Parts: sequence; structure tokens; C-alpha cells
Amino acid sequence: MNNVVIDLKRLTKHFPVGNGKFTALSDINLSFSKGEFAGLVGPSGSGKTTLLNIIGSLDVPSEGSANVLGKSIAGLSQKQAAQLRNYHIGFIFQTYNLLPVYTVYENVEFALLLQNMTEGERRKAVMQALEWVGLTDKEKSKPSMLSGGECQRVAIARSMVKQPDIVLADEPTANLDSKNSHHILQTMQRLNEELGVTFIFSTHDEKVMQYLKRKISLADGRVVNDETVELIANR
Amino acid sequence: MLALKLAYKNILGAGLRTLLNVSVLSLAFVLIVFYNAMIDGWNRQGKIDTQEWEIGEGQFWHPDYNKFDIYSYREANQEIDANVQQLIDQNEVLPVLIQQATIYPQGRMQSIVLRGIPADQQLLKLPTKGLNMQEGICPAIIGKRMAKSTKLKTNDKVLLRWRDINGTYDAIELRIDTIFKCDVADVDNGQIYIDYHVMQKLMGMKNCATLLVSSNSELKDLDGWNYRSTDVLLKDLNDLTNSEKISGMVIQSILLMIALLAIFDTQVLSIFRRKREIGTYIALGLTRKQVVGIFTVEGGFHSILAAIVGAIYGIPLFIWINQTGLSIGEADMGITVAEVIYPFYSLQLILISIVLVVLSSTIVSYIPAHKIVKMKPTDALKGK
Ligand SMILES: Nc1ncnc2c1ncn2[C@@H]1O[C@H](COP(=O)(O)OP(=O)(O)OP(=O)(O)O)[C@@H](O)[C@H]1O
Ligand SMILES: [Mg+2]
Repeated sequence: MNNVVIDLKRLTKHFPVGNGKFTALSDINLSFSKGEFAGLVGPSGSGKTTLLNIIGSLDVPSEGSANVLGKSIAGLSQKQAAQLRNYHIGFIFQTYNLLPVYTVYENVEFALLLQNMTEGERRKAVMQALEWVGLTDKEKSKPSMLSGGECQRVAIARSMVKQPDIVLADEPTANLDSKNSHHILQTMQRLNEELGVTFIFSTHDEKVMQYLKRKISLADGRVVNDETVELIANR
Repeated sequence: MLALKLAYKNILGAGLRTLLNVSVLSLAFVLIVFYNAMIDGWNRQGKIDTQEWEIGEGQFWHPDYNKFDIYSYREANQEIDANVQQLIDQNEVLPVLIQQATIYPQGRMQSIVLRGIPADQQLLKLPTKGLNMQEGICPAIIGKRMAKSTKLKTNDKVLLRWRDINGTYDAIELRIDTIFKCDVADVDNGQIYIDYHVMQKLMGMKNCATLLVSSNSELKDLDGWNYRSTDVLLKDLNDLTNSEKISGMVIQSILLMIALLAIFDTQVLSIFRRKREIGTYIALGLTRKQVVGIFTVEGGFHSILAAIVGAIYGIPLFIWINQTGLSIGEADMGITVAEVIYPFYSLQLILISIVLVVLSSTIVSYIPAHKIVKMKPTDALKGK
């Protein structure tokens, strides 16, 4: 328990709906250790994205506490939350969310521009990240010229380039075919093993689930199952 | 720096829309600079002309002299004392005698202002050499506008009639020696010039003057005379050009407003359409304020492009116009304006225009961008 990077206690999230409120998450108690490769699974509307957003300091809990890397999410100022995301948390989205006017290289470099790094240090880090995802030959391409799988690999490189502690991936394979999905997952698995980065997914994709080392099932905003999986060898 | 680079890429990525915004804005920019340069050029030329032809470095008026009241002219003259005479001898001041009189060109009667000015003077550009008496007939010079309104030509003769100091009417014939071209309306319209000493004799006003034109800007005080500085004497011209500037501002602001509205519209649309991008920036570690900054710089960047584009077609245009000048035709308005105006581009004018355009477009870009501060990052990421 000493390597805990995320600690959620009695976490509840309400959204105002009309005059009342809608409870998207209720009484979540979870903790994640460094280097986990975990997934949130559950039907649509079960609260997966909401939970990832809170962990990523994009949203705050209504009740209970969310501690990420020793910091209480609710207590962070805008600036502190931005710092936390910039240095320690990488995001991967279902829709890739690359900046269309930037090249692959510039997309990956973007997060580093906010940090105090020299041009040379940045170049090294970006090329390294592109190497991890096997896209060094595409550094000058624009996202519009890439396939979906390649876009998602760029997004992975972007989330990994700053060597974060945690990567949050919200349905990263939902827009990809099975070949690309496997490729993406294998890439992330490798990065998880080599760099010890904590990965948390949200998914209802069977392909993703077979890679997970821990599977947390959500239903109606509650944790209904939390199991550590003996890794079934890939096929 | 990051915001600038991003703005540059985003704005070029927007293609046609950017082109439209930038063209309208650059047009407003070029028009503002050009119009004001025209007026400044007019004012400058007018000032130089007025000083060279009429007022020198200032004038000393007889206390009763009122330029706009011809009935004041009669009494508004006084004898020159030894002190002033010395200044005249040193070419520091130039005496002018002014009286109302009448001429009869082709039998018509026309009231005019008769000015006596020393034929050998060099202080003003008036071609007074022609006033030297040669034959029996008294020579006179008039300006182009006066020649047109009286239909007088060089060497024409015209009868001049006046009342002398005792109120007695008298008349002689004048010969038009020279018709000069001068853009200063007051020097020309309704004015006839004859020699100062001849005029004194005609009027019976021995050694008298109505005003003194000074060539020395340091000279500000003369006993018995009221000093009128160049600033005071040029006030009409300045007022006129200023009011032209203000009326030009209406059109310029309309054009600028259209350009700003286009930018505003682009901003609103782009913030609406690029919610997911905004969410991504926040997820990557920018604060919402920084994102507002990115979008504001992006909108304001239009103005920088506009300045560059405006310079690309504006500078050759300006250079060309400055070589040929801009002919405004023979305006016979009662105002001082050259037939050909050379625009005057001051650094101040260009800097003020740039600041105005950049500042206003940055402000209209900020107004919609500011809304981002209230956006929830999670909603932005969903594109809501
Ligand atoms: N801003 C919001 N305002 C109101 N309700 C919200 C808001 N965000 C999420 N919800 C609700 O909270 C619930 C959980 O949403 P969430 O997006 O976390 O689900 P999810 O598990 O990610 O679903 P999916 O698999 O479809 O992505 C949903 O019922 C949703 O309607
Ligand atoms: Mg979701």
C-alpha cells in the first residue's frame, strides 16, 4: 500500500439536472498503486468517464475525497490542477484530440512547451516518444494525413512524452479496428512494463479487457466488482 | 510565444475566412493611414504656403484691424515710428497697408481689398517686382482666382476707385502686370496688390501701415501693435483640416467596424466549433486563462497579418501617389488647398494606426474568448 498513486474515498459525484440532481458516481472507494494496468468497465452511462475526469483533475468530487499523487483534487487551484496535468497526468481520448494545424512532432511537443525545457531536450524527448509508438518516420505529417490507429499512437506519444506518473485513457480503442487496437494495447502494455507508468482505461471493448491486469466493473455509478486478473497470455 | 505560433498556424489553417478578415482589416488600415496622410499633407502644404505667401513668422496688427470686417480697414492704420522703421530697414518686418476699394472690370462694379506692399520686398513669395512703376500706368498684381472672378488678364487695364483719408473719392487706372498662382485663398480671393508707397500717396496715408509681417519668430512685442503668432493665424487652416479628419473618421470607423465584426464573428464561431480543442488544451495542462490568451492572440493576429498585407500593397501605392501627388482639381473653394496634394506619412500617424487596429481587434477577439473561463473542461472535451 505504500506505492499508492490514486486514492479515492467515499467519492460521490452529482450533476445538477433540472431542479434536482443526478448521481453519476456514488460511494466509490478505490486505490491504485504505481505501475497498475487497470480498466474501468461497465455499460454506457455507468460513470467511467466521470471518474477518469475527476482523477485527471478536470472535475471535482461532490462528496468524499480524491487524492492523486498525494494531492487532494478538490483543494487544487486552477493553476495547481493545470500543473498536475501538465507534469504528471497524460490523457488519451476516444477521439484522439490532436491539434489539426500541428504536425505530429509539434503535437507531441506541445505539452513540453509549457515546461522549462530547452529545444534540444524537447527534441530528444519527442523523438523518443515517437520511437515508442513507432512513428518516427511520420514526424512531419499532419494528423489529417494519418490513419485512425496512427492518430491514436500520436496521442499515446503525446501523453507519454512528459513521462507522467499516470495515463488516463478513455475508450482509446473505440474508433479503431481490431488490428490497430491490439497494436495500441501492446504499445501501452510495453510502456507500462518498461517505464512503470500507471495506466487506467475506461472501456467496454473485449479486446482491451484481455490486456488488463485489474478489472473494475461499474454499474450505475457504483463499483460492483474489482478483480485482479491472472494474465491470460495473449492468445 | 507559444500563443503566437499557435495563432499563426491556426489562422493560416482557416484559409478563406482569414483571407476575408485580413483583407477588410487591411483595407481599413490602409484607408486610415492614407486619408490622414492626405489631410496631414494638405495641412503641411497649406501651412508652408500660408507662411511663405501671407504671414511669415507672424504678424503685428493695428489694434483696430479685423481681418473679417472690411469696414474696420478704414481706420486700422497708423504711422510707422522710428523703431518700426528700423526693423523695416533691417528686413525684420514688412509693412502692408490695407484699404477697401472698388474696381470696374468691363464696366461692372466689384468691391475689392487693396493691399500696398513694398515692390522690393523679399519676405513673401508675392511677385512684387512687377509693382515697380515703369510707364505712366500704375501696375498691380492679382492671383489666379481673382483673375478668374474678374475676368482680368495680364496687361488688362482696370479702373480703381477709392476714398482717401479725407473721404474724397478718387480714381486711377491700373494695369495688371502679373497674375500669380497661389494656393492660399486669402492671398488671392478679392485682393489686388499695388506698391506700398504708391498706395500711401493714393490714400493720403503718409508712412502708414495696417499690419507688419514678421520674419523673425523671436519678435513678439511691438509698441502699439498687436502680435498675432503663426499658431493664431493658422488656426482656421488647422480647424478646417481637423474637421476634415473628423468627418473622414466616420467612414474609417464604419470600415473598421465591419472588419472588427468579421473578426468577432470568426472568434465566436471558432470558440463554438473548437470546444474539444479547448478541452484538449486544458487536459494538456493549460489553465483556462492561458486558453483565453491563445484565442485572443489568434484573433488579434488578424491585425498583424492585416498590417503586413496592407504594407505589401499599401507601400507601393503610397510611394506612387507621393511621386505623382493627388490632383484634386482646381478647387475654387474659399479654402487654402493645393491643386496637387502630396500625402504626408508621419511615423506618429503610422504607429497610431497600427496601435488602433491591433488594439481594437485584440479587444474584439478577447470579448468572445473570455467566455472560455466559464467553460467546464469536461464539457469542452465532450464538445458541448
Ligand atoms: N455534465 C453532466 N451533466 C449531467 N449529467 C452528466 C454530465 N456528465 C455526465 N453525466 C451523466 O452521468 C452519467 C455517467 O456519465 P459518463 O460519461 O461518466 O458515462 P460513461 O460510463 O463514460 O459512458 P460511456 O460508456 O457512454 O462513455 C451519465 O448518465 C451521464 O448522462
Ligand atoms: Mg465515457
